[in-house]
Amino acid sequence: MNDYKNLKLIATSNPHIRSSETTRSIMLDVIIAMLPALAFACFNFGFRALTLTAVSVIGCMFFEWAYRKVMKKPQSVGDLSCVVTGMLLALTCPVQMPYWMILIGDFFAIILAKQLFGGIGKNFINPALVGRAMLVASYAGTMTSWADPAGPKAALFGATPDLITTATPLAMMKGGNFDALLATYDVPAMFLGQIPGSVGEVSAVALLLGGIYLLWRKVINWQIPVAYIATVAVLSFLFPKAGTGLEWMLYSIFGGGLFLGAFFMATDYATSPVTKKGQLIFGIGCGLFTVLIRYFGSYNEGVCYSIMVMNLLVALIDKYTKPTRFGVVKSDKKEAAAK
Amino acid sequence: MAQAFFGGVHPNDMKAATNEKAIEQLAPPAEVVIPMSMHFGAPCTPLVKAGDLVKVGQKIGEFRGLGAPIHASVSGKVKAVEPRPYSMGGNMMSVVIENDFQDTVSEEVQAPADPNALSVEEMIEIVKQAGIVGMGGATFPTHVKISGGIGKVDNVLINGAECEPYITGDHRTMLERPEEIIGGCKYLAKMFGVDKVTIGVEDNKQNGIDAMNKVIAEQNAPVEVVPLHCRYPQGGEKQLCQALTGKQVPPGGLPSNIGCAVFNINTTCAIYRAITTGMPVVNKIVTVSGSGVVEPKNLECPIGTPVSCLFDACGGLKDGTYKLVAGGPMMGMAQYTAEVPVGKGTGAMLAFCENEEQTVENPQCIRCGKCVAACPVHLEPLFMYQYAEKGMVDELNEAHIMDCMECGACAYACPARMHLTQMFKTGKQLVKDKAAADKAAAEAKKAAEEKKEA
Repeated sequence: MNDYKNLKLIATSNPHIRSSETTRSIMLDVIIAMLPALAFACFNFGFRALTLTAVSVIGCMFFEWAYRKVMKKPQSVGDLSCVVTGMLLALTCPVQMPYWMILIGDFFAIILAKQLFGGIGKNFINPALVGRAMLVASYAGTMTSWADPAGPKAALFGATPDLITTATPLAMMKGGNFDALLATYDVPAMFLGQIPGSVGEVSAVALLLGGIYLLWRKVINWQIPVAYIATVAVLSFLFPKAGTGLEWMLYSIFGGGLFLGAFFMATDYATSPVTKKGQLIFGIGCGLFTVLIRYFGSYNEGVCYSIMVMNLLVALIDKYTKPTRFGVVKSDKKEAAAK
Repeated sequence: MAQAFFGGVHPNDMKAATNEKAIEQLAPPAEVVIPMSMHFGAPCTPLVKAGDLVKVGQKIGEFRGLGAPIHASVSGKVKAVEPRPYSMGGNMMSVVIENDFQDTVSEEVQAPADPNALSVEEMIEIVKQAGIVGMGGATFPTHVKISGGIGKVDNVLINGAECEPYITGDHRTMLERPEEIIGGCKYLAKMFGVDKVTIGVEDNKQNGIDAMNKVIAEQNAPVEVVPLHCRYPQGGEKQLCQALTGKQVPPGGLPSNIGCAVFNINTTCAIYRAITTGMPVVNKIVTVSGSGVVEPKNLECPIGTPVSCLFDACGGLKDGTYKLVAGGPMMGMAQYTAEVPVGKGTGAMLAFCENEEQTVENPQCIRCGKCVAACPVHLEPLFMYQYAEKGMVDELNEAHIMDCMECGACAYACPARMHLTQMFKTGKQLVKDKAAADKAAAEAKKAAEEKKEA
């Protein structure tokens, strides 16, 4: 029988089993969920969408690796979170932007927003959105000209001289050209995504597919995306600036980056509340700020900044949405409050 | 079906390895090591010394204060009374008995003439003398629970949830000894003066539920079996109370605060055996399982059997076994030696030869909130971890760390593989140390002031 005296045993704290889910498997699920949007982007804008994303991913992986190497910290590229950031940033950019430009965005996303605060889980603001915000501030012209999917596709290398740029649906809505928008793109085109916009934001149906995958895999909770999209839908239905409430609402939620933001950006673990109640509040706040920026701000689109503003409020939301501990029932709470 | 509580996790139950295997009697071990602490409370004082002859059921350890007596589980000669490793970690004063294989029963074991004629006080005294403790693993002395609960308790609940993966001892008991369970329930109903006893069982043990229902129908017993959702920790005492009565035990409280008393399936059987036959707790049903065991089994063995004998009876351990766990995989304690004996609360002995935890070298919290959703006590493990890591004692108190029952659900669910439960054990100790230091400082100050005034 066994030699029990010479067993090499380790004694660690309970629990002795763990679920099969890991940080890496979660990030892999997010990557898989982005593939439909990326595939549609290739169809809509040409294969430069894919090469741009690849450059961005490689850039993010390099900056993550280099920072951890220089600072002599344990490597974290293997958790794939930098790949997610790289993909997300590319999905928010115009397809014809120069490759070197997105690398600058990658630098700000990984180094400034993520690693300087301690790496994965420690950042308080969404890295991909920081990268995008820095690019918009630095290269406003490039970052606000959008290729027309009906025109020639962007070239894989170098500039595309005959590229036709056009106004996005949100720009037309903001500019008071809603009737022209209705004539140019019908609702199915808006839902499918045959419209100008950033690489990954155009196709609501592809993003919805990815979002449903994330919900099915229990990577995200329904609270943030549903609260976010519902808030925007309700507000735009109630306060249309042109057309009927329903038309205005449909164009508001399918045009722009709402689905991308709601399913992939606002649900970022590190920068969203930890309780379901907090996530509901967070989603409603994102929706509110998005509509406010779209209606009263100087930008056409408010998704990026509304999520960044709500990111800053996460600590506050977490503080006021703590779960009630086991054994404290409502009547006890009232008594405690009365005292 | 009774609703589940808020939170919890759903691990693979791994019970298929042993749930169709009948309970086997282990071949008597040559030697048993009976630790003097197998209950919640101070250790017992040994009543025997080296060289004494003891018989089965003879009392060899007497308790002081909160506790339960300890009895010889085999007959034979006391070889030594000395500290030995035991399953709660470290060494404990133990009585080592060399088995003479005669199984001579002690004269102290006397069956009552008519068990049904016993008064409540007599029954409690029998439970006390039989050394019965919570057999589910908490090992709280049962006689204290009964005498403390009479008058306050109107819901007597039997815990047959068995929510820990791998363990099947209670399930097999339901199938093979349902009369003992129902008999024990009847005595408990009599002691507490209630009309009905409720048995909660997770619905993955339908044949166990059927077996008990059959006996209930035959005997027309005042017992009801309620199926429960499979969800860890359904068998946690407070979670079970909530599932069966809808009421929540207040923080820091006991089930008796909401009129409940909870007994494990095998505790109920032990009560039945003690009252009908006079036999104290000398045996324990242990599920031997896990990836490191060649042939998993349910074994009934004398208390004090070295766990190496259990593994030998199951074909031995596989090469590469790196972890032995006394108890279930969620709350059990990892052992540093195979010399530890089976105690009254050892419901399982698991051996693992794969890295079932899939630990990572540099775990980083990603704030996913899955621990918050998993916590059955509704705490926020990720914040408690940060406070404990940085030694922030006041914040730990505000986060109610002392409510944490170390069930391991948060760490199980954590995709980043943070060592949450371990950190909370450290954190609780920090809080206790701080409270003790504050108390000592306050007393010193008071003493100094009194001295000044004098």
